[in-house]
Amino acid sequence: MPKIPLQWLAESVDLVDGHTAVDVAAALAKVGLEEEGIEGGGVSGPLVLGRVMSLVKETASNGKTVNYCRVDVGEHNDPAGPGHKPDNKEDYPSSKGIVCGAHNFHEGDWVVCILPGGVLPGNFQIGGRKTYGHWSDGMICSAKELALGEDHDGIIVLASPSGESEVTYPGLVSEDQLVAGASAISLLGLDEETLEINVTPDRGYSFSVRGVAREYSHSTGQVFRDPAAIEVTGARTADALAEGVFEVAIEDDAPIRGTVGCDRFAARVLRGFNPAAESPSWMKRRLDQAGMRPISLAVDVTNYVMLELGHPLHAYDLDKVVEPIVVRRAVKGEVLKTLDDVDRILSTEDLMVTDSAGGRGARPIGMGGVMGGAETEVSASTVDVLLEAAHWDPITIARTSRRHRLGSEASRRYERGVDTQLAPVAIERALTLMQEFGGGEIDDYWLDIDNTVAPSSIAMDVAYPSLIVGVEYTPDEVVAALELVGCSVDRDAESLLVTPPTWRPDLQEPVNLVEEVARLEGYDDLPSVLPVAPPGRGLTHSQRVRRSIARTLAESGLTEVLTYPFMSETRLDELGVPDVDARRDVVRLANPLSAEQPFMRTTMLATLVDAVKVNLGRGEQDVAVYELGRAYQAKNIGVLPTVDNTDGGIQPHEVEALNEALPGQPRRVAGIMAGNRVRAGWNGHATAWDWTDALAAVDRVVAAAGGSVVVTQGSRMPWHPGRGATYWLESGEFVAHAGELHPKVCERFGLPACTVAFEIVLDDLIASTEGAIQAAEPVSQQVLAKEDFAFVVASDVAAGDLVRVIRNAGGSVVQDARVFDVYTGEQVGEGKKSLAVNVVMRAPDHTLSADEVLAVREAIIGAAEAEFGAVLR
Amino acid sequence: MTDLSPLDGDAVEAAVADALAAITLASTLDELKEARLAHTGDKAPLTAANKQIGGLDPADKATAGKTMGKARAQVNQAIAGRQAILEAERDERVLVEETVDVTLPVNRHLQGARHPLETMQERMCDTFVAMGWEVAEGPEMEAEWFNFDALNFDPDHPAREMQDTFFIQPPTSGLLLRTHTSPVQVRAALERRDALENEGRGIYVVCPGKTFRTDELDATHTPVFHQIEGLAVDKGLTMAHLKGTLDAFARSLFGPDAVTRLRPSFFPFTEPSAEMDLRCFVCNGEDSGCRTCSGTGWIEWGGCGMTHPNVLRAAGINPDKYTAFAFGMGIERTLMFRHGVKDMRDMVEGDVHFSQQFGMEL
Repeated sequence: MPKIPLQWLAESVDLVDGHTAVDVAAALAKVGLEEEGIEGGGVSGPLVLGRVMSLVKETASNGKTVNYCRVDVGEHNDPAGPGHKPDNKEDYPSSKGIVCGAHNFHEGDWVVCILPGGVLPGNFQIGGRKTYGHWSDGMICSAKELALGEDHDGIIVLASPSGESEVTYPGLVSEDQLVAGASAISLLGLDEETLEINVTPDRGYSFSVRGVAREYSHSTGQVFRDPAAIEVTGARTADALAEGVFEVAIEDDAPIRGTVGCDRFAARVLRGFNPAAESPSWMKRRLDQAGMRPISLAVDVTNYVMLELGHPLHAYDLDKVVEPIVVRRAVKGEVLKTLDDVDRILSTEDLMVTDSAGGRGARPIGMGGVMGGAETEVSASTVDVLLEAAHWDPITIARTSRRHRLGSEASRRYERGVDTQLAPVAIERALTLMQEFGGGEIDDYWLDIDNTVAPSSIAMDVAYPSLIVGVEYTPDEVVAALELVGCSVDRDAESLLVTPPTWRPDLQEPVNLVEEVARLEGYDDLPSVLPVAPPGRGLTHSQRVRRSIARTLAESGLTEVLTYPFMSETRLDELGVPDVDARRDVVRLANPLSAEQPFMRTTMLATLVDAVKVNLGRGEQDVAVYELGRAYQAKNIGVLPTVDNTDGGIQPHEVEALNEALPGQPRRVAGIMAGNRVRAGWNGHATAWDWTDALAAVDRVVAAAGGSVVVTQGSRMPWHPGRGATYWLESGEFVAHAGELHPKVCERFGLPACTVAFEIVLDDLIASTEGAIQAAEPVSQQVLAKEDFAFVVASDVAAGDLVRVIRNAGGSVVQDARVFDVYTGEQVGEGKKSLAVNVVMRAPDHTLSADEVLAVREAIIGAAEAEFGAVLR
Repeated sequence: MTDLSPLDGDAVEAAVADALAAITLASTLDELKEARLAHTGDKAPLTAANKQIGGLDPADKATAGKTMGKARAQVNQAIAGRQAILEAERDERVLVEETVDVTLPVNRHLQGARHPLETMQERMCDTFVAMGWEVAEGPEMEAEWFNFDALNFDPDHPAREMQDTFFIQPPTSGLLLRTHTSPVQVRAALERRDALENEGRGIYVVCPGKTFRTDELDATHTPVFHQIEGLAVDKGLTMAHLKGTLDAFARSLFGPDAVTRLRPSFFPFTEPSAEMDLRCFVCNGEDSGCRTCSGTGWIEWGGCGMTHPNVLRAAGINPDKYTAFAFGMGIERTLMFRHGVKDMRDMVEGDVHFSQQFGMEL
């Protein structure tokens, strides 16, 4: 994101008196540019110019040679005399003593000294101290220490009257500025701060000093001076074949979404340029502050102008380019080595700049608007520069940049929109700068193929902004705000016809204009009005039931966790899920975060087990967790039905078709319980979680949903085949499975033996009770009758089946029937078991007589015998 | 010793005095029992004297009966009185002896807890439900059309790039993991547009839920996170109503003095768009060293704006007739600054201690 040096900004807009980067950031935030960071500053206290009066080389005991210097720092000098201990020499002139380890300077040179009390970048506090046998009052500074860059070794030499030393920043400080003791902070630009801002995707023009200065002006009312308001010299021609211009042709035969990829191409030549000329230090410093590395004058200037005006430029070595340049889509498989030295294999959607080496348009020399090619770039031997300023279609640029994962300073700007009318200005500015610092002659004739379309006007009612924002704007305020952002406004009574400026391609509809008015007038004054919604229905049945489920599980000792729904290829194998199973119908991510986990879970247990492992791994022994979430099933992933969005939005049948095509993603709840449910304590023994707790959890969830289910003995991995229960809705849908996990699974995941688990599909269960209104039964005031039975049955008779038969046989007076003891052993014989059942009976209107109870009892015994051959013990 | 005569008034009186002394001296229920047996039992003098009455001359019977009745009543009354006192003393002692140490740990059952991201969502939803809004939900694995097209994302918008969105294999499937809960806004609007058009019933919904973006997990990012978004569609809604709603929401979570502020921003689905900041509820903007707001006085909380006409059109709602606003914020982020959670990883690793510190409600 762009970094804006404040001093550069100040060239286009006067900063409010006393505004530092923090204040500028606050001002910009008010109009929509967020601060990303602030750099620079950081130097304070006495950083002064000094003249080296004397320099004595001394070799210290560690073998290092240092210089003991007496430096004239003007008003900061110690008086003439002996100096600080341990130096104590009677005849020091008025000066300061500083020890310096660098050797690129000589007596008489002008240097930069930080004196005691000063602070260097990084909050490095400077004080006087004894070193190498001398008292040293601060440091003679290098560029690196001042955060000015890393280009120079040794200390900064601003001037060397003797000519013996190399001057570090020639021309930076003029002779009359060389005053001993003068502050060097502003002289070196060290008071300059740089503000990095975050530019939203609709504001390409804020990727420039020009755009940010305008925004600052909007926020503060300070006067904006457009740096693009410069006169373009020479003779423009739109005729690519005209004499004296470099021939260019735009031949886009495959526009993307109907837009030709390049609608403007301007080019002009500078001849006789000195390739050895250096960029001025102020330019290098600004590039550096803006986060770009200075390279050579020609390249630096193109970057500088891009940062200033927001228009990317490209400089070619004219000698290496073969006329004509042809802008065209790439041929499949074509290769271009870009400036970053990477071979790019091109796609037919990439828009290329080519030249005619080897035939018309045969050689790619740049990825238009993204990055230039290595072959034709300006170099240390370039004397004739061909400068290109083109305007590229944002979509073409965005796709190329994405396809090649190549975001450049240019592509960032083109993607977000570049001013269509800036190309000639950018060329003028750049060539003038190159000429100023590198000499040469600018061609009089220059080419400008311009197929850009003027922005369309937008009709808007002048009251519209007030209707949307809720603030009463006067018509004058609305018009003034729009004109301030660069629009031209035709007003006819209440209706406005607004033509946006060429740098605001984002202004396309009335609402866009509303936002401009709102943000310029400020969001701070928005009134706060709470709208009154119509009376609502409250939470839905499903939402209420899910809250009950979550709460009942937490209250029974389980802790809710949220796991990522991603799983590995092998997770289902580890869980022992058979090859043919609905849970094998996995959804795969096209771009998973980790190649190891490309699948979406088809069972909650697949990821919940990891949460258990995390807790076990941290030394926890008793772990019970649950998660409410979704698991996913591919069903038949194909191509989604398309939506015709042109008339009245999406239609109900289209929504239905889309929903039908979505993968299955039912809501589920699952839990895993390991270790103890009740811990050992002073008042009792520990009780481990066992299979009954997993089943009880399902009972609780079903009760919370108000539903009813049928339970059967069931075998399903990853559960123990003999210790698992399957639950079904009465209508036959699968609801849940619960029980002890398979010993192999426990072993594989390092879970304690007999860890138990449940997983419940919620959607059908919850839907089964939607809208049901429970009818109340009157409470009977009659006394309960209780009868116990002990039936001997074959050991494979399910207790649940026996209870069902008992309830049916007993009829409506049976209130409850519950197994309270199970016995196997000698007394009942091999292959048999005894089930003791307590039956509670009550009639609604009278106390049951002994005869009535006896009749029920006999009916139960008879039915149990008939159904299971049960014998009463 | 000779038998006590029921006619010997003095002797009977002495026997009663003996008995009363013994009863008074009894300091335990056992001693009292002994005393009772000794003075009212079969072998007691008073009992024996009483038995003699039957053999007396009829003339003496009445006198003796009266003497003995009075004597025995006196003794029995004393025993009963003493018995009550000693029983009360015993009961009191037993209660003292039964005293337990109530500071011992009593609940040995594993303690469960809700995950705070879930209870935070519930709390937020309750605020809106109380204002008459509805809670809408939708699929996590979503059609690209709902996640992007309907929300005015151009097909070439950078947000559709592979590095942000989890796409479903094969890439032609048109499916993704939703990157925000905004598709639910569109679905909710679609379901309610007839009531809006025919009954003039404004649409007011919040959409909480799980969302996905391809960020690596670190202290402040997670690829799976949660959002709550709001959408209101009605006649005459303005940004002032958006601000009013956000202020009410902020007050429900951060107390009656909570204040929000809006800053211009950009989202494809709103215009005008804004970032929403919350006045720092810890330092109220008065502590430049505040850790919650980094000394800025404001906490970035979410994004919002007036719903873009194209979004309303996609949902079949006429933007010339109705206006709408929308907002959204991250649940993780809210939890982090409201409760001082320092590291995102604590929320997602599944360590039970993270949930357990919050219990059942936030």
